[in-house]
Amino acid sequence: MTQLPLLSLTTFLPLAGALAIVLLKGESERNSYYARWIALWTSIVVFILSLGVWARFDPGSADFQLVERADWLPDFNIGYHMGVDGISLFFVLLSTFLTPICILASWVAVEKRVKEYMIAFLVLETMMVGTFCALDLMLFYMFFEGVLIPMFLIIGVWGGPRRVYSAFKFFLYTLLGSVLMLLAILAIYFTTGTADIVEALAFNFPPQLQTWLWIAFFASFAVKLPMWPVHTWLPDAHVEAPTAGSVILAGVLLKMGGYGFIRFSLPMFPDASAAFAPFVYTLSVVAIVYTSLVALAQEDMKKLIAYSSVAHMGFVTIGIFTVTPEGLQGAMIQMLSHGVVSAALFLIVGVVYDRLHTREISRYGGIVENMPKYAAAFMIFMLASVGLPGTSGFVGEFLSLVGAFQVNSWVAFFATSGLILGAAYMLWLYRRVVFEPSRNADARRMPDLNPREVLIFAPMIAVVLWMGVYPASFLKPMQPSIANLIERVQISQRAAPAAQLAEAGK
Amino acid sequence: MNTAPDFLPVLPEMFLGAVAMALLIYGVYSNDIGRRVTFLAVVLLAVTLVLVLYPAWTGGLARHVGLFGLFVTDGLGVFAKALVLVGTALSLILAQRFNERERIARFEFPVLALIAAAGMMMMIAANDLISLYLALELQSLSLYVLAAFARDDGRSTEAGLKYFVLGAVASGMLLFGASMVYGFAGTTNFDALAKLFADGDNSGLGLITGIVFISVGLAFKVSAVPFHMWTPDVYEGAPTPVTAFFSVAPKIAALVLFLRVMIEPFGGLVADWQQIIWGISVASMLLGAFAAINQKNIKRLMAYSSIGHVGYALIGLAAGSAAGVRGVLVYMTIYLFMNLGTFAVILCMRRGGKAVEGIDELAGLSRSHPALALALGIFMFSMAGIPPMAGFFAKFYIFMAAINAGMPVLAVIGVLSSVVGAFYYLRIVKLMYFDEAKDRFDQPFGHEVQAVVAISAIAILLFFVWPDPLVNGADAVAAALFAG
Repeated sequence: MTQLPLLSLTTFLPLAGALAIVLLKGESERNSYYARWIALWTSIVVFILSLGVWARFDPGSADFQLVERADWLPDFNIGYHMGVDGISLFFVLLSTFLTPICILASWVAVEKRVKEYMIAFLVLETMMVGTFCALDLMLFYMFFEGVLIPMFLIIGVWGGPRRVYSAFKFFLYTLLGSVLMLLAILAIYFTTGTADIVEALAFNFPPQLQTWLWIAFFASFAVKLPMWPVHTWLPDAHVEAPTAGSVILAGVLLKMGGYGFIRFSLPMFPDASAAFAPFVYTLSVVAIVYTSLVALAQEDMKKLIAYSSVAHMGFVTIGIFTVTPEGLQGAMIQMLSHGVVSAALFLIVGVVYDRLHTREISRYGGIVENMPKYAAAFMIFMLASVGLPGTSGFVGEFLSLVGAFQVNSWVAFFATSGLILGAAYMLWLYRRVVFEPSRNADARRMPDLNPREVLIFAPMIAVVLWMGVYPASFLKPMQPSIANLIERVQISQRAAPAAQLAEAGK
Repeated sequence: MNTAPDFLPVLPEMFLGAVAMALLIYGVYSNDIGRRVTFLAVVLLAVTLVLVLYPAWTGGLARHVGLFGLFVTDGLGVFAKALVLVGTALSLILAQRFNERERIARFEFPVLALIAAAGMMMMIAANDLISLYLALELQSLSLYVLAAFARDDGRSTEAGLKYFVLGAVASGMLLFGASMVYGFAGTTNFDALAKLFADGDNSGLGLITGIVFISVGLAFKVSAVPFHMWTPDVYEGAPTPVTAFFSVAPKIAALVLFLRVMIEPFGGLVADWQQIIWGISVASMLLGAFAAINQKNIKRLMAYSSIGHVGYALIGLAAGSAAGVRGVLVYMTIYLFMNLGTFAVILCMRRGGKAVEGIDELAGLSRSHPALALALGIFMFSMAGIPPMAGFFAKFYIFMAAINAGMPVLAVIGVLSSVVGAFYYLRIVKLMYFDEAKDRFDQPFGHEVQAVVAISAIAILLFFVWPDPLVNGADAVAAALFAG
């Protein structure tokens, strides 16, 4: 068992890269150049390492794999415990996949304080990967919260005109949710006697306690995901963040909420999850319909995509709380797909923003003539966002809806209507930006994608199509874990009434 | 009966008191402006630290009462005395250069700090209401003088006077409470009091009144709401190194004294005093969080911040358990480093030969002094309690105690006010990182100041790697306190 601690390497290698950049003295042009390349290579190596994780991962097993343990606070039963299962594996890959893309996307867009920017991104990568690998509640919380620091700085330092307001809103909203989760983690710790996630997952919490703990975790994850009505930080943060910041926000940070629901809320508090499911459905349906309508009214491209994210996350929460294999797999694929597609859409906006420095939809138009490659890339991601069969978006939405139909057809009905609205605002956006004859000459003079930008979009298009055409390579590794999870939820739900009877009989 | 009294528990205090007087004589006969005396004082504090820690090294941490039952030495005492000595030494190291630049450098400064430190150590070691009061006064009188040390500066003298008058009132309250306790219990000795309350509930209204007045006096010393009014004015008016000193050493000493008084003699009456501590803890957290939002002066901001921090620490006392005491000790240790680090940065804030104190002066610090900004950023995130900084662990152990003691409401109020508090800490980060740069501060900052900033920042940032020694130490101390 002298294997390489692959997960720890994947998690902490970015910090080494960040340290190397810290050691660059001064802020010369040359150092910025070095900082970019160090960051890019670090993140590429990390991505390759995470592919190694995938290669070593046994898709037939539902257990946590590549597990690493070390003492941290042995007297408290709190340890350094890392591992991945079919659920977390792809989030790790998503994080490591998007980080080099983000660094490439900021290659010329970020001109000031390049060193600090790259450091912030590498630290952020460590925190993201750590969040998905942590198998100890304390460790998880440290990474989960630690994300706030680099993201706060990324929005605040390199963001748009209202960056300060947005950075504060992002930070305080998220913090408010998470501190309640911290208390819930402490309560779990005292109930089970350990902070180990694997042990806590196997523990049967009393129903009364479950309710409180569920609410506390929900406060954190619902803000992070975000669910209506606590989504208002998202449009602000997205609009003001630099392009790469939006990409990471939409691509990975939102997924932490969904991951949290699947990892903690469902298996640890199955009774409370069942009890609150109608509540979650309601919020999700409102999110889908309401934010889609709001998206229709947007004049700012980034804001439109931000609202569409909230709608897409509505499908995720519906899928998760159906607790059916289809629903959960759909939610997972939907999150992964959204992670790539919305990230790509933000990059698409970033491309024209870099050229014209505005995100106003009406400033563009007719750019299909001067930017044909751009129009093609935009179309693929737009259709994936709409959920066209053959793209990743279709698989996720379809499976979530299949799950929803089994549980409640009204939920499915309203959610499906969201699909139509989604098609409406995305197609309309596309028409106005790409086809509609433009009144602005400068929009017609924009050059097409340069090789660096092609290099950014090519892998993303490949992933979107791969996930749409052959989703099995993603579904297969997660199936055992999801089956395991559903079994766990059903057993404890069957056991719960019996336990209550027994308690009442005493 | 002719045996000599047992001086063992107060040996380090006696040593410190004696060398402080020796330094005073030396200072009078030399024409030193404080440099040599400060150096000697720091060395002697280190020697005292060795004396304090010596029993821990030889394994003799058992509770030992001596000097006619007036003083006690135990694990809690050793832990807290070490913190006080480190805090005093670091404050002295920071002070000298500032004092010289402000032309207030005099050799009395380190001497007074040493006498105050001796008083604080006696407070920590007190095992009797009489010795408690004497130690408290020894400490307070030195601090009053230190607050007014810039005697040509109106704000400093005002701070000294305010501190003195209000401190005297608080001392009076404490003394009144002590006399009530003596009147109803018939003894001032902690052990005797503990025995009295251990055999069931012997409290009456008179005793409770006494305990309330003692709590008031102690709450004043730790600047807990509603007895905090002096803090912002004194913190703002006193010379910055004195403020740094005030914010750590006396606060830690008073808090540990608070712990000892509530848990040792009045430990049997937990149910009676718990609600008082609960109330002042909540009030301190909320006031610390909300009142700091609008502050423009960084020292005033730090005053409200320290009120908030005391509120969190008092959660540990309100829990009334070994876990709570452990939480308080961990909290105070981490607080010591992040606070001194922050004040070391504040000491660097000078433009054109004058100290500046406006929060706005920090604008764009990340451009003009990146290392300093990074350090202050670490301290601010730590104070806000964001992982992986040490401040998160400080709060973590406190909330852990609260949840364990069945006080979820207190914990919820605590975390919510920490979110409000995060706002003003973030505002400083925002100024440093998001705003346009101002002129650079005067250079050089001085090696000793830079060293304190760097060591504190590294300690706070990397605490999470190896939290074991501190947590285990605090754990052992807290467990011993409740076992005895």
